[in-house]
Amino acid sequence: MATTEINASSKTTGKVRAHQTQNERLTFEKSAPGKKAYKLPPLDVPSVNASQLLGETFRENDGLLPELSEIEIIRHFTRLSTWNYAIDLGMYPLGSCTMKYNPRVNEFVSRIEGLADAHPYRPDELAQGIMEVIDLLQRCLIEITGMDAITLQPAAGAHGEFTGILLARAWHESQGNARKKIIIPDSAHGTNPATAAICGYQVENLKSNADGGIDLEALARQVDEDTAALMITNPSTIGVFENEIHKIADILHAKGALLYMDGANMNALVGKVRPGDFGVDVMHLNLHKTFSTPHGGGGPGSGPVACKKFLEPFLPTPVLVQRQNGTKSWNYDRPQSVGRVRAFYGNTGMFIRALAYILANGPDGLRQTTEDAVLNANYIRKKLEDLYELPYKTPSMHEVVFSDKRQQAKGVKTGDIAKRLIDYGFHPYTVSFPLIVPGALMIEPTESESVEELDLFIEAMRSIAKEVEEDPELVKTAPHSTRVSRLDEVTAARKPILRWKLE
Amino acid sequence: MRYLPKSPAEREQMLKEIGAAAIDDLFSIIPAEYRLNRDLDVPRQQAESEIIDYFKAAGHKNATDYTSFLGAGAYRHYRPVIIDSLVQRGEFLTSYTPYQAEITQGTLQAIFEFQTMIAELTGMDVANASMYDGSTGAAEAILMAMRVTGRHKAVVARSVHPEYREVIDTYLKHRELPSSLVSFEPKTGRVDLAALEESITEETAAVLVQSPNFFGVVEDIPAIAEIAHKKGALLIVSIAEAVSLGVVRPPVEADIVSMEAQSFGVALSYGGPFCGVIAAKEQFLRQMPGRLVGQTTDRDGNRGFVLTLSTREQHIRREKATSNICTNQALVALMATIFLTVYGKQGIRELAEQNLAKAHYAATELTAQTGNKLLFNGAPRFHEFVLQTGESPAVWQKRLMKNKIVGGIELGRWYPELGDATLWCVTEVIPKEQIDKAASVLAAGLVEA
Repeated sequence: MATTEINASSKTTGKVRAHQTQNERLTFEKSAPGKKAYKLPPLDVPSVNASQLLGETFRENDGLLPELSEIEIIRHFTRLSTWNYAIDLGMYPLGSCTMKYNPRVNEFVSRIEGLADAHPYRPDELAQGIMEVIDLLQRCLIEITGMDAITLQPAAGAHGEFTGILLARAWHESQGNARKKIIIPDSAHGTNPATAAICGYQVENLKSNADGGIDLEALARQVDEDTAALMITNPSTIGVFENEIHKIADILHAKGALLYMDGANMNALVGKVRPGDFGVDVMHLNLHKTFSTPHGGGGPGSGPVACKKFLEPFLPTPVLVQRQNGTKSWNYDRPQSVGRVRAFYGNTGMFIRALAYILANGPDGLRQTTEDAVLNANYIRKKLEDLYELPYKTPSMHEVVFSDKRQQAKGVKTGDIAKRLIDYGFHPYTVSFPLIVPGALMIEPTESESVEELDLFIEAMRSIAKEVEEDPELVKTAPHSTRVSRLDEVTAARKPILRWKLE
Repeated sequence: MRYLPKSPAEREQMLKEIGAAAIDDLFSIIPAEYRLNRDLDVPRQQAESEIIDYFKAAGHKNATDYTSFLGAGAYRHYRPVIIDSLVQRGEFLTSYTPYQAEITQGTLQAIFEFQTMIAELTGMDVANASMYDGSTGAAEAILMAMRVTGRHKAVVARSVHPEYREVIDTYLKHRELPSSLVSFEPKTGRVDLAALEESITEETAAVLVQSPNFFGVVEDIPAIAEIAHKKGALLIVSIAEAVSLGVVRPPVEADIVSMEAQSFGVALSYGGPFCGVIAAKEQFLRQMPGRLVGQTTDRDGNRGFVLTLSTREQHIRREKATSNICTNQALVALMATIFLTVYGKQGIRELAEQNLAKAHYAATELTAQTGNKLLFNGAPRFHEFVLQTGESPAVWQKRLMKNKIVGGIELGRWYPELGDATLWCVTEVIPKEQIDKAASVLAAGLVEA
């Protein structure tokens, strides 16, 4: 395979040039028998004959794992890392994903001895420290959401949705009828309908109104005695606050249905308004979005679920309780619980990071964070709305959604603009979403961007708009500066190669 | 507000350019009655040094100077230091799901290596790019088997981790998908094959067993597979202790393997984040939940990697997706990949053999010196074993704790029929002298009693 040449022509205008050009083969291809990166201490007990002890269950053939030295491993993964874009390198305006700065103290404290090495089954008296951390985080999140109770057990946002919808289901069952359907706006995240389906519900779509929000009349017509809940994202996926949210709640409650809020966009609300105060019954948070735990290339996340008092008996087992003597322990005796959604107590390492973030900000910092996130999005909106089509004029919160309508006239689509943005040193915005905006450009800068960085991004977007007019091919064939050019996804899906094989 | 890169003057300037008089103008769409007009009641803003002090105090309260014989689905193995130095590189740590392949080849190639390693270790054809953990992976594997077979019942062994079984229950019961339990043989701790045969019907989609099972006993996978397949059910093998694969025969007769990879270099962290993964035979690929990375080429013919087969996923298929999983455990999967690269082909076997030898020694000493009974002695084990003590586990746990030892976990809460039984785990990080000490403390206790 030839080493890719970096084209240093005027086509590559990026400010960040991250890619290590040297090719890096797979570890398996670099392997040579007998190389070692490990050394075990001498065995201090008598050795055993594994084949004899295990009999027919003994493994005869080793798996084809690579054999390398430590320096080769360090270089391998370090080189791979240089092929990744990251928040640490620059702005990551992925809408709805909230790619904010990940404070390094979070990483430091999550690795503190006594926390990082705590076994989940250690006796309660040896776990009081971590239980206090969990307790404080729970209290902070309850306060931030304005809800009454919480579980930290779900491992990610979609897992939180699953848990939250099960709470609703269990409550309806306790009222004598689980009901059949969940209503989901057409602007919702794809996880919402998938979640409703795996909880055993029929999914009914709700069409958005002209402002991209919930159509109250349509909702009122749709909600009936078979409706378990509405799953709403607020601010919505076009970054708009549902200002009639209380009426939405009333419509649902009048028919005995619940209001579920997808908390993916909580970065627009923290410290300014609380879902518990505007009628939400149950919601999830994404600690990896709003509370700065790192995304890590796609996880680990954490998706706590907060709810109103009447749903508390249904929270997953176990819940943290305070004993009479002031110590804390886990209560497993919960007859009405939906059950357990994950082994142990959740992604505890993420709880530590999220709490560190809350402590670093305090009430004033959390509010300022929200204000800056909203300020940044509106700044971008103002500076780009003359060049890019803004399908919904409703005031934006923390993200702004344009469409590629004007650029389409030159045959350039949102995906092309996104790829061209890479050449300017930015990660693309979200392209495929929300579905109600054809050719969406969904931009969420977050609070982490300075004016300088925002201006560079705006300049890049403006330059691309100009390029679309003058040289659309340049945009359509982007990116030009990356280690690999556009990849053949069709062949990848038609003839999947999902693992390396010895030839 | 050290994370916010704007000066007050810059904020003013930005507001002016937007055409807003004050920041609250930007929030005016929120009805006044719902706006929070006070500070949140959370701790005040703290200095970095205060934050570190707070968490250090919490860690100290947890006590670190105990020797622990706890396992039961969370295992302490040595973590090579290069794991943390590599995963803390910002380009891995602060990157997102690799949707934009051209600028995420690092994550994509590492996942491709992960998929390959898991397939190699488990004897399966393909593996996905991770699930939340072993318990949710097991539940999703059952749902996957139901999609493959079109059947709606599951048979789960009682020797599967009790918390995994609870999670499976939660995933199934709300959709009214029935499952039944199959017991273990009292002598061996292995799945009761006769009972298994009886519990499988023409409606059974999957049989799920764990190996090594919750008692540390290695199951007879070929025999179980034969029974399951005879009636057209799929066999799912759940693996909670991945290091076992260094020395235990991979479950090649299984159709789906659901594994917890925590043992591969992932800290205990009081139970999470861990790293589940589903591996399977190739013909079941289209029903596999979660992300997959595939190899392809770019326009110039260079090798590259992309997320693929996304038509199974929620962002495309919505309510018809194979699963609602979106965020997975990519960074933890990277830890496992680095761990497996460090140990490699020989190291993983040597590591597993040390675990086997240590646990064998401990089981021998803890029974010989104390007169305690080793349960399930008739079957092969990896590094966990069940002791039946002559006295209540609470009593001897107290005695061990006085000596800074945390003994095995009590099984009575899950298996009352086993009496005063405890599950012990010994990994390579426990020195012989601590095993000897635990044995002598328990032996002395018997004399006192």
